[in-house]
Amino acid sequence: MSNDDAPRCDSADSAAPDARDKKLPDLSRRRFIKGAGIASVAASAGALLADRALGVPPKPQNGGMGGGGVLGPAEVPVTLRLNGKIHKLNLEPRVTLLDALRNHLDLTGAKKVCDRATCGACTVHLDGRAIYSCTTLAIDVQDREITTIEGLEPAEGLHPMSHAFWANDAQQCGFCTPGFVMACTAYLNHEAHPTREGLGHALGGNLCRCGTYMGIKDAVLEAAHSTKMKGGRA
Amino acid sequence: MADYHWPPANHRALIGKRIDRVDGPQKSSGRAKYSFDINRPGMLWGKMATSPYAHAKVTKIDTSAAEAMPGVKGVVTIVPEGQEVFWAGQEIVAVAADTEERAEAAADAVKIEYQPLPYLVADTTPQQVGAQYTKQLANNVTGDPDQAFKQADVISEGDYGIPVITHCCLETHGQVVEWNGGDLTVWASTQGVSDMAGEYVQGLGEQGIKIAANNVHVVTQYMGGGFGSKFAADSWGIACAQLSKRTGRPVKMMLERDHELMVAGCRPSMHAHVKVGAKRDGTLVAWDSETWGTQGPSAEGAPTGPPYILVPPNVRSKFTAVLTNIGPARAWRAPNHPQMALISNGAMEDLAAKLNMDPVDFYLKNIDLAGTHAKIYRDEFAKASELMDWKSKWHPRNQGGSGVVKRGVGLSIHTWGGRGNMSNCQVVIHPDGSVETNIGSQDLGTGTRTVINIVTAETLGLPLDGVKVNLGDNKYPPAGASGGSTTVSGVSTSTRMAATNALNELLAKVAPSLGTSADKLEAWQGKIQVIGDSSKSIPWKQACAKLGTASVTGTGRTNNALMSSGVGGVQMSEVEVDTETGIVRMIKHVAVQDCGLVIDVKTAESQVYGASIMGICYAIYEEKIMDQVTGRCLNPNMEFYKLASIADIGEIVVHMMQGPGYDERGTIGLGEPPVISPGAAISNAVANAIGVRVPELPLTPDRVLAALGKGGVA
Repeated sequence: MSNDDAPRCDSADSAAPDARDKKLPDLSRRRFIKGAGIASVAASAGALLADRALGVPPKPQNGGMGGGGVLGPAEVPVTLRLNGKIHKLNLEPRVTLLDALRNHLDLTGAKKVCDRATCGACTVHLDGRAIYSCTTLAIDVQDREITTIEGLEPAEGLHPMSHAFWANDAQQCGFCTPGFVMACTAYLNHEAHPTREGLGHALGGNLCRCGTYMGIKDAVLEAAHSTKMKGGRA
Repeated sequence: MADYHWPPANHRALIGKRIDRVDGPQKSSGRAKYSFDINRPGMLWGKMATSPYAHAKVTKIDTSAAEAMPGVKGVVTIVPEGQEVFWAGQEIVAVAADTEERAEAAADAVKIEYQPLPYLVADTTPQQVGAQYTKQLANNVTGDPDQAFKQADVISEGDYGIPVITHCCLETHGQVVEWNGGDLTVWASTQGVSDMAGEYVQGLGEQGIKIAANNVHVVTQYMGGGFGSKFAADSWGIACAQLSKRTGRPVKMMLERDHELMVAGCRPSMHAHVKVGAKRDGTLVAWDSETWGTQGPSAEGAPTGPPYILVPPNVRSKFTAVLTNIGPARAWRAPNHPQMALISNGAMEDLAAKLNMDPVDFYLKNIDLAGTHAKIYRDEFAKASELMDWKSKWHPRNQGGSGVVKRGVGLSIHTWGGRGNMSNCQVVIHPDGSVETNIGSQDLGTGTRTVINIVTAETLGLPLDGVKVNLGDNKYPPAGASGGSTTVSGVSTSTRMAATNALNELLAKVAPSLGTSADKLEAWQGKIQVIGDSSKSIPWKQACAKLGTASVTGTGRTNNALMSSGVGGVQMSEVEVDTETGIVRMIKHVAVQDCGLVIDVKTAESQVYGASIMGICYAIYEEKIMDQVTGRCLNPNMEFYKLASIADIGEIVVHMMQGPGYDERGTIGLGEPPVISPGAAISNAVANAIGVRVPELPLTPDRVLAALGKGGVA
């Protein structure tokens, strides 16, 4: 317990610090990125930020962007290569990849949880690597290969990783689970021999509230040894 | 005739085994549709404008700019001009627009003026905040504590506390709402499907919209975490229904993450100064504590304070609520118990250290104070000590190793009631042999669907996939909300009764063809057979065909004879503490838990693993940090509101107490108890490692270093 100075219970009339002003910008990385997609120059800056923050390999910004002109705030055509199909959408430039998936394509396996690249519930694969779709603008990932959990799963039955999650009870409420499955499959794509200790570093970018980490460790190790996982995706 | 009693251990095919959760494939494939995932044709998105002030009067609301924005279809005022708000983040205006981005922009464009009012968001002592912010709730005296302290050989005094934390449900609070004429459908993220219609009847009634409960359809097939915070419709539920009515379109309104962490559940803090005394041999004689904690603006439902479980004959216990504007207090998994467990078990550990006693010996010396559960605790201490290898790991304080990284172990005990809630169930056996179990309960991820499926299948002698469980919808027979570890007994006893009643109707139809009477028959391994004689049997499908064209329905309700209440639980933690950086690292955590008859060992263990990890979170990482200058929460996001990651949990060992002495108690709830002890066990392990108590959770480096500065091994 603290024995510091008594707190001030004064009325805001006497204090009225600036921080109370609703007009102060909300220091949200997501809002910054979303607000950045108006001009193509700014969109590139947004992409650069996303690249730095998320480890997305940079690609030239041109496809669908219409040269150096201003885009938005109205909808613009956006083409996504998603789960092996081409999807043509009309989106405001500020729409994130996660919102494009969930709100425009009804692909709801990726979840919106922290909405600022902390918890990993929105994880999808971009060219085979795990990324946070909540802080990636849809317009920035045109011509990239996007895979969501809907694309990972076979038409019937379960992907071996999803099966391992089930068999090891690596889920309770299940809201973080699709994101974890995507992070784990991306991890095994470049780590054939995962260890219990190594998992901690590889999966630290995903959070679970129910506390399913013990099952997740077992699931990833089991999936790594599954013959179906050998040689990449099933 | 089959009776309701749980089958004996040698006659169980499914109960007490390790069964995979039946909805696991839907969840791990991303196919499960949560309320947050429901998208309806023509649906609008709702967003809210909220108060930046911890306490203020709303003086002026101007929504004209928001209403003129592109795509905006409707606006609803939640707190009208002239009324007060009591915490930062409180909802004032809701808007609906045709895209989520436009709704968010429109909510930002609502202009609200306030008259700021005095507030308190600091979590500090009653003496420091003054009478206007306090409410004394208890001042209890048992025996003669003053005299008893005089007779005590050893007295330990210390401070213990836990700050406000939040639920941080991954699926934020909210719902999708759709009107169809006078009928309302709500896809709610709720812990109480059957109770939710009443919430809308009342909430909408207050807004002048009359609707009968039977016209409110509530659906929650999958739920992304509640932990005690999702029982009400809340202001956003009612506003969402109003927006939908006003616009004539479905509306989805889920809280933003920052809003969720600011308003959607504040577990009250609890802090105490404790004095506790014992005889030289460890016999507890007296307790004296002054306890306080935040209990929201009204302090309703606040506890009376510790001591907890080991209650000496002489006690003085004072509890004062500090009335704050931190946000609304909501039940958080095992309300008040984790706080009281830290205060009580922390004080006991410090006393044991002063007595130079191994805390296991100290607890066993006094365990009869736990009353009827003393034997359970003895069994659990033995098992936990074995799994932790306690005898070889425990050492007196200041012997945590010679390097800068010290190692220590600590323990804690807990208790919870967990009696079943009101539950109705309906089991239908169809002529084609298919079976449906209908129940207006919900599966929060605890395994409720799986438990209902197991009990139905066990009762009817069928495999798991011979039964279809229907829940998460208030069109099914009403069942209680899932809170307080009341669901498993409610649904499993009502299901057992309903399935048995349906079976008995079937047995009556089948008996003539087996040349016997119904009371001589049983359902076992896919057949109806003469009890104990599989040679006189008829396969399930053929038996059901004798129903002709009419299905049979059995109903059941919560059955007291099949359940009880009151569990124990012992947990032990092992930690490493870096005395140079103050970083605490989990090495191992052992959780030994009873809950009567375990229906599914696999999902039960998952509950205990999960509770242990949730406990590690609040022991080492979690805190809702409030700023008295601005009145706001400083960490309403998941970077700075810290949860443990997969790298932070160490090894966790779970053991469920089962078999004779446990099974015959019937079912008892499990969700709450294992989350109670980790804070105390980990705090005690840190004290054992570094030789000094870190008074407050979470055990962050700054707190550890501050405690080391006052003593212990540095």
